[in-house]
Amino acid sequence: MQPSKRRSPFPVHILVFLAPAVLLYTLFMVIPLLNSLRLSFFEIGSENELSFSGLQNYIKLFTDSNFAPFFWRALKNNFVFFAVHMLVQNSIGLLLAALLAEGGRMRNFFRTILFMPTVLSVVIIGFIWQLILNPLWGVAEGMLKAVGLGDWFGPWLGKPESALITVALISVWQFVGIPMILFYAALIAIPDDLTEAARVDGATGWSTFWRVKFPLILPTVGIVAVLTFVGNFNAFDLIYTMKGANAGPDFSADIMGTLFYRTFFGQQLQLGNPTMGATVAAMMFLVILTGVLLYMFLWARRVQTYEM
Amino acid sequence: MRPTPAYRLQQFLGKGIPITILTTYSLIALFPIVMILMNSFKAKQAIFGAPFQFPTSETFSLIGYETVAQRSTFPTYFLNSCIVTFTALILALFIGAMAAFALAEYDFRGNALVALYLAIGIMIPIRLGTVGILRLMVSLKLVNTLTGLILIYVAQSLPLTIFILTQFMRQIPKDLKDAMRIDGASEYRIFGMILPLVRPAIGAIAIFTMIPIWNDLWFPLILAPSAKTATVTLGVQQFLGQWVSDWNAVLSSLTLAMIPILIMYLLFSGQMIRSITAGAVK
Repeated sequence: MQPSKRRSPFPVHILVFLAPAVLLYTLFMVIPLLNSLRLSFFEIGSENELSFSGLQNYIKLFTDSNFAPFFWRALKNNFVFFAVHMLVQNSIGLLLAALLAEGGRMRNFFRTILFMPTVLSVVIIGFIWQLILNPLWGVAEGMLKAVGLGDWFGPWLGKPESALITVALISVWQFVGIPMILFYAALIAIPDDLTEAARVDGATGWSTFWRVKFPLILPTVGIVAVLTFVGNFNAFDLIYTMKGANAGPDFSADIMGTLFYRTFFGQQLQLGNPTMGATVAAMMFLVILTGVLLYMFLWARRVQTYEM
Repeated sequence: MRPTPAYRLQQFLGKGIPITILTTYSLIALFPIVMILMNSFKAKQAIFGAPFQFPTSETFSLIGYETVAQRSTFPTYFLNSCIVTFTALILALFIGAMAAFALAEYDFRGNALVALYLAIGIMIPIRLGTVGILRLMVSLKLVNTLTGLILIYVAQSLPLTIFILTQFMRQIPKDLKDAMRIDGASEYRIFGMILPLVRPAIGAIAIFTMIPIWNDLWFPLILAPSAKTATVTLGVQQFLGQWVSDWNAVLSSLTLAMIPILIMYLLFSGQMIRSITAGAVK
């Protein structure tokens, strides 16, 4: 690189390289995002005119009986959805990654199969599981009967108390490939000498994993957690496909994504409201930001990245 | 020395248990997909009477596919998805590579700040700006156009694309570029020479940006829901809704929607996974 003097004009070629990306990103992502945040402080009139209303929309969202019960339920459901993914998806992902990282001739084959559901569209997955779980077709019931659990079967998707968990588990089934592949990449990057040393000392596979390998992949654990947290707010597609915009029965599977959609575009009896929609989006933004900041300051700072 | 029986048992369990778990989970992953594929080739009675059987000469039927071929606009949807996904991917790759090159190569003032500004988009889902995006698209008259979708998807893909490509560009030896500079190559020409070298990163980018674009329901639903601009994902969602009771048609349209992505996945999965594990994402 040329030695740059102070006050020398900014090199043109750097601007040329950066401009398209910065412009597109700013115009179509950053500005609309900021504009949405701004709109959450406005009210929209019948003539589409905007008037500043301060925190009115937020007060409405937290206290108005048309909004508040929906908002708190959706927020709670989002955390349930997240908890299911953290506990089930990421544990299974870690287990599968650990087994794959052990090697073996079949490794590539398993890896390809296990990642397959992840590449399919959520809409397809949603319909597939709707058919599989449909009591009319009886596939799920037949499977459970074959292993002696026939009585256990119920119309899980249709019951308010089980709809959310069922949808969450379907999403786990689909996306388990992502934590698996990230953990797998981290595990195979660990040099053999480290695990060899433990093995020579007589450690079993189990304790080598938890004492040697797991601490080394902690940075990936953090990344997976944060990706799970953020991704969970994108979980609109599956619920919309399986349960519609109302996330029925009784809004039992309603999450922030479906609430945002309904508030913005309206539903059968209620008109859509862009500024209230923007307010819901702003709350999602705040929750995500809090999560990401917690990760950065509480986790990423304490967990050292080992140079390997 | 012969291995003791206890040692052999341990070896057997050490290999056998992982294979059992992996096989079981593979079956769980495959089972729903296979059920749909298999039953889409059966007559309605067999779908309900014997869902777990492969189609036989008696139960084989293409009635579902005939219905779909007659009534649906599947080819249009498919073409729309291809146009949107590939244009967005190529633009994101090229524009992203330019920015990544600048960030990796030059030590200019504000480098870290620009990198951070672009990286924020990895963590914040673009959907949160939907209210603003729809207003912008209305004012640009880009509602119900593929162009509108492409622009959004490029913006959405840039942060992660730039992040991954910057890591890759940093690994390219400096000598190579300095040698070209001594030969009098312009910075643009050097970029052109470097570009093919980041090919291994494309698998990782494809998995993290292209698949979400192909599979997205949100923006087609909101920005381009018209019959002319609907993508496969939106199209499947809408026309499956109309056919709830026609199981043959539902199963065969699901199969048709899965096949292209499954074929692409099987062709490229090796490269995708290699590039992820090669350290493109850390």
